[in-house]
Amino acid sequence: MHTNDSQTIRYDKLILAVGSMSNKFGWPGQDLEGVQGLYHLQDLAGMERFSLPRPEGLGGKHDALHQSKPQREKYAPITSGEIFPPRAVIVGGGLIGVEMAEMFHSRNIPVTFLVREPAFWSNVLPAEEAAMISRHLREHHIDLRLETGLKEILDNGQGHCSAVVTQSGEKIECNFVGLTVGVSPNVGFLKNTALEINRGILVNAYLETNLPDVYAAGDCAELRSPQPGRRAIEAVWYTGRMMGQTLAHTLTDKRTAYNPGIWFNSAKFFDIEYQVYGDIRAELPAEQATLYWEHPDGKKSIRLNYEKSSGRILGFNLMGVRYRHEVCERWLKKGANIEAVLENLGLANFDPEFYPQHEHELIKIYNRQTGKNLRLRQKRGLPAVLNFFKVKM
Amino acid sequence: MQNNSLAPQPLILTSWKQKLALTLAGIAVLLLLVVAFARNAFAPAPVLLTALGLMAAGAVLFVREEYLTRPEGIKNNGVWFRSLSARGVWAWLAAIVLTGFYSVLYFGPSAWFAGLTDLFNPLSLLVKGKAADKWFVYGSLYTFSVLVMGFKFGFKYRHNRYQVFRTISVSFFRLGFAFLIPAFMQQMNQPEYYFTYFWPLKDWYGTPSAAKYFGGYAIGPYLLAFGALMTFVATPVLTYFFGKRWYCSWVCGCGGLAETAGDPFRHLSDKSLKSWKIERWMIHSVLVAVVLVTGLLWVNSYQKGAVLGAYSQTFYSWYGYIIGMAFSGVVGVGFYPLMGSRVWCRFGCPQAAILGIFQKKKSKFRITTNGGQCISCGNCSTYCEMGIDVRHYAQRGQDVVRASCVGCGICAAVCPRGVLRLEGAAADVDARATDLRTVHVRLEEVGILEQ
Repeated sequence: MHTNDSQTIRYDKLILAVGSMSNKFGWPGQDLEGVQGLYHLQDLAGMERFSLPRPEGLGGKHDALHQSKPQREKYAPITSGEIFPPRAVIVGGGLIGVEMAEMFHSRNIPVTFLVREPAFWSNVLPAEEAAMISRHLREHHIDLRLETGLKEILDNGQGHCSAVVTQSGEKIECNFVGLTVGVSPNVGFLKNTALEINRGILVNAYLETNLPDVYAAGDCAELRSPQPGRRAIEAVWYTGRMMGQTLAHTLTDKRTAYNPGIWFNSAKFFDIEYQVYGDIRAELPAEQATLYWEHPDGKKSIRLNYEKSSGRILGFNLMGVRYRHEVCERWLKKGANIEAVLENLGLANFDPEFYPQHEHELIKIYNRQTGKNLRLRQKRGLPAVLNFFKVKM
Repeated sequence: MQNNSLAPQPLILTSWKQKLALTLAGIAVLLLLVVAFARNAFAPAPVLLTALGLMAAGAVLFVREEYLTRPEGIKNNGVWFRSLSARGVWAWLAAIVLTGFYSVLYFGPSAWFAGLTDLFNPLSLLVKGKAADKWFVYGSLYTFSVLVMGFKFGFKYRHNRYQVFRTISVSFFRLGFAFLIPAFMQQMNQPEYYFTYFWPLKDWYGTPSAAKYFGGYAIGPYLLAFGALMTFVATPVLTYFFGKRWYCSWVCGCGGLAETAGDPFRHLSDKSLKSWKIERWMIHSVLVAVVLVTGLLWVNSYQKGAVLGAYSQTFYSWYGYIIGMAFSGVVGVGFYPLMGSRVWCRFGCPQAAILGIFQKKKSKFRITTNGGQCISCGNCSTYCEMGIDVRHYAQRGQDVVRASCVGCGICAAVCPRGVLRLEGAAADVDARATDLRTVHVRLEEVGILEQ
């Protein structure tokens, strides 16, 4: 293996875990200073440069007085150029974008959020949840612009961004532009090697590339034959960790196939936590039915999707409510019936003690839809969960 | 050169309501200071009412403006940037003032408190039927701090019922069982007894002289029996069902102050393995010390001083100076802004040591972790006031069973992925925390590791 500073490193086994790069789609001005994505530590340092908070009062830990000279220079706020209204514009309504918005918001920096879709992350979230998060962003005074795309980024004359222009021609002045329109495998520098590369580095079920003793894992790996219903590249933390664990087995002479198991993910959108287990899609497929309850305050919801014909449970989507991974996974694995799940739904609830439980509301909706008369038989609590795992093994 | 930073403005107070709130509180502090020095220059009752009233009004106004103007949720933005909560200048000043206050309170002459004692006299006469002393002043200010800062904490976590209920509980026990009831009892010529403190935390309650003091009252034997019941029966039983939180974060006065006034400093606790080792040595040494000094007092009392003479009393006095005053008071509260809010509870409290042993060895309580959802962000560890590296457990899917955990529930509150839950079950009391339940890759299949 040759490094870019002309060293040669011999290897017995080589793991390529080179991650992703933030997407840029050729917008004018996308390489100006103050324009960046959020993927690695350097990106964070870049954001820090434009958002250094001043400690109120004297002498906080991050006060310039307490920093070494290199730190001061590294994190010094940009101080040249004209004055612009301090504002960050973030382009792309996904998990990274909302994270970036929250980071700027935590430092009282106004944020304009350009989202191409009709609601936040509505290509992944069902409509109700997407609407809920969109409302919540606005509640936090995020200037959310839905169905708005980026046309170009303007230069302040000194190589720094000064404004964005949207596709409808509106100009929004800013001095930071976050480009969070997804990521792609960081494989450009490998294109001239013997590695087989499509969008990512192609690997088989054992995460082996086409070259002997060379493996790839994480964001940069593209599975040649992903499991049904799963994508070839899943650039999320959880699958990256599972690939790492799989490879650890293989490298210690127990060749192990990667199997991501049942899909799960989670996030937090400002104050609203999100968890998903199983198959939840933005557009409900014709063969699926959905059961959705939303709290009157519009900040909590529970959604259960199931197969219309058989009643088999397919997925859980939670906003502002916590569910137990193990219990949901068990039901999904066993293909439990929606009615059995509903009656025992308290088992899944993982909210803190004294929190109101809403499972019976979901049952009410189901009863109304089907004319049945189901009752919640299990409330929240660990003893019942331990029993559930003991009895139903 | 123009400032082109996105955040060119310092974090300044922009709300006139908060400025007004701080003005009211500032006037109240000035008033207290003036009266402390200029004795008898003012009528105490109106001044005290005005000072406490202004402080309470300021706090209410500030807190409402701080939290009710924003959506409910976790409010920890900027804790590492603020001087007071990030060991900056204000933190050092606060630590000096607090340690100084406690040093003077414990070791200084009572005359230094004469001004404040005069001021609290009307209140003392009202609730206690006796003139105030410096301990009444201290108890009143302590209770006031728990109530005011508890109000703040309750609003900060108003979305979280566990936190709200817990805060109401510590405030209630502090006000009722450690302030009003003991005062009323004295009003009725009964002994001074604090229902929220037991031996060994309140070491004196376990000594022969306490037995003698309470023995002088008709109600005394009942109080002694109550204390013994709490120490020897309630402690193991309640801890079996609820974990040590039934006391440390729901009832205890020290815990009450830590959970309310100490909340802005909880992230300052040291999370290192080394401090965990020091913690175990120190807290168990204090437990051994209190058992020894108490035991010696009893041996000596039975032997009519034949074995140790006055030495057992000397040992006891030194325990009082070093542990009771210097450690639990001066360091315990004075170091809030430097080492977090639970220095005493974590490193010194013998009650916490006993509760911890029960919690670890025989309790239904644990903090469960939620499968593979942990992303290792570390919020849980950061905000653990007891310095537990919660993330270590969460990322491997191991339930948290730790002697020091006071069950405050903040780790579960700040977790952004719904990973942690405080709960209990009897079925696996002896096998808690043995499973690793994150998503494991095994040769046969991938999935959550099953029992």
